[in-house]
Amino acid sequence: MMMIFGIPAPLLFGQLLLGLINGAFYAMLSLGLAIIFGMLNIINFAHGALFMMGAFVAWALLNYLDIGYFPALILAPLIVGVFGVILEKTIISRLYKLDHLYGLLLTFGLSLVIEGLFRNAYGSSGMPYRIPSVLQGATDLGFMFMPNYRGWVVLSAAVVCLATWAIIEKTSLGATLRAATENAPLVQAFGVNVPRLITLTYGAGIALAAFAGVLAAPIYSVNPNMGTNFINTVFAVVVIGGMGSILGSIVTGFALGVVEGMTKVFYPQASATVVFVVMVIILLTRPRGLFGKAA
Amino acid sequence: MTLNRRTLIAAAAAATVPAMARAQAQPVLRIGCLTDMSGPYKDLAGPGAINAIHQALEEFGASAKGMKVEVLSADHLNKPDVGATVVRQWIDRDNVDVIVEVANSGVALAVAGIAKEKNKVYLNTGAATSDLSGSACNANTIHWVYDTFMLAKSTGGAMVKAGGDSWFFITADYAFGKALQRDTTEFVESAGGKVMGSVAYPFPGTTDFSSYLIQAQASGAKVLGMSNAGTDTINTIKQAKEFGITKKMRLAGLLLFLTDIHSLGLDVAQGIVLSDTFYWDMNDRARAFSNRYSPKNGGARPTMVQAGVYSSISHYLKTANAMGVAQAKADGAATIAAMKKMSTDDDCFGPGSIRADGRKLHPAYLWEVKSPAESKGAWDYYKPLATTPGDQAFRPLDKGACPLIKS
Repeated sequence: MMMIFGIPAPLLFGQLLLGLINGAFYAMLSLGLAIIFGMLNIINFAHGALFMMGAFVAWALLNYLDIGYFPALILAPLIVGVFGVILEKTIISRLYKLDHLYGLLLTFGLSLVIEGLFRNAYGSSGMPYRIPSVLQGATDLGFMFMPNYRGWVVLSAAVVCLATWAIIEKTSLGATLRAATENAPLVQAFGVNVPRLITLTYGAGIALAAFAGVLAAPIYSVNPNMGTNFINTVFAVVVIGGMGSILGSIVTGFALGVVEGMTKVFYPQASATVVFVVMVIILLTRPRGLFGKAA
Repeated sequence: MTLNRRTLIAAAAAATVPAMARAQAQPVLRIGCLTDMSGPYKDLAGPGAINAIHQALEEFGASAKGMKVEVLSADHLNKPDVGATVVRQWIDRDNVDVIVEVANSGVALAVAGIAKEKNKVYLNTGAATSDLSGSACNANTIHWVYDTFMLAKSTGGAMVKAGGDSWFFITADYAFGKALQRDTTEFVESAGGKVMGSVAYPFPGTTDFSSYLIQAQASGAKVLGMSNAGTDTINTIKQAKEFGITKKMRLAGLLLFLTDIHSLGLDVAQGIVLSDTFYWDMNDRARAFSNRYSPKNGGARPTMVQAGVYSSISHYLKTANAMGVAQAKADGAATIAAMKKMSTDDDCFGPGSIRADGRKLHPAYLWEVKSPAESKGAWDYYKPLATTPGDQAFRPLDKGACPLIKS
């Protein structure tokens, strides 16, 4: 058997692929964070809680209304997105004129409240959510046994990330958005309703988190703490990629998934820390992040 | 609020009331339930454990017997330093006499040290590490429900007997996971099996186990030993099924609780072999207890940890009532010694006893999770495979290296 660094090659390829799968979640979550930070200047600590809400809404749709996985993949982000819009309109929009720290504290508090409410209502061990029947089973790739559902996660995450990037970078709507971030009064003078644009951007960022939540529901236990486990890593991803950089967060998300996956093979005890080690190195050498623009 | 003379007087008066009450009235027993109220062990212990204390108080008839008991509770957040701080405050400031529950071995070991230092009563029902009645044992601690040795012997022994002679461990990287792996390894190896490898993952905070599962599969071992608990085990099992591991390896749930199976659902969990010392449907007395417990807990059936809280507090109340509340408050070690002298009996664990090293003895049961077709409804999850009598289920007294036992 071929060996690479003392590890059998098939095992290593398997780990690479698994790293990409986890990276898909990091990419989707950090993408939402990057958009929200880029457009609203809010460090959205509630992102993990809203990711968890996405999974719970999918679970609730199935159990209370008998609505299956694929409709939930559209409906749950919409529902949670609307919730995000309400949050933005009623609470978060009051903080735009203040320092970043206030937004961070507020959203951190919001996430504690949301998670606490779900914990009270549903307990902490989580709810079962089955993999949809068309995506059950697995494919033998030769070097590993690949569950079809995981393949679906990587594909749909990649498509959604690329589509989001294309909308922001390549369409006129995206151009307006980017212009509004640079100079809101000027864009407003052209007749664009900037506050509404910002609200919808927040809603869209939240919808991305909820979409990731629905994708995660069949893999992880749908429980109130599922977001907290991700959110710290995802913030590190955003910092490494460069705050507010769309492409940066996507690429870094996938890349760090792979780095973490490799660590799990060579020194598993460090797998929770390795992302932060990378973050420290990047901050020391390139303080703006890998893809950050010079101010 | 501006401070005027009237509020100042009111505040001063209010402040003196509790002190006066304390000075005049009979002694009040204070039970502190230190548990996981928000993390991975909330459902298997948590609020259900606090309710179990109240149930024990009610059914013992504490107030009818003239005993005054107060129950406090706190969340240890699965952090030993947080748990230790809470317990010190409870003892130094709030006059707490009994610490109960403490799911999480790391926190449990920290609390054992404090209980000894302050001479209080410590009844652990939730933690697994067998060190609590081994190298870390003391005269103030009773380890009530189960431990890593018993789990390893019951589940590990049974798996090796059934042909699972090569193992791979996925282990939570802290006191509990390591103790469980150590104790199971001993059993597997002494039964002629071998351990092909293991991986220790960071706890808490790990949700994706696929990488470790692939490593487990590559090892070629026949049995996957899961040295973890709560949501970690749930995620491990879910993902093992997803990656087709269950077709090639047998899963040994070294520590699985009823609530974990409830969360997994029977279609994922069916066929898993696990050990418990209490199952709500195991006999008439256990059913009777559970039927009294469930209505106050949203219909959920009690786990062995929650049953253990009921059982240990019931025995403590019996002892305190017999020796007098004032004496029970004054000397924790003497109370524990009295508890050890008295044989135990309650609806959850039946007749049993407490050994000199603080190990509570009762039978251990090996269960298999039912298939959806076998289950008659909600919470009907286990079918019995084997029973180990109480005197054989736990580590022999002379093997634990407990300093209380002079060899």
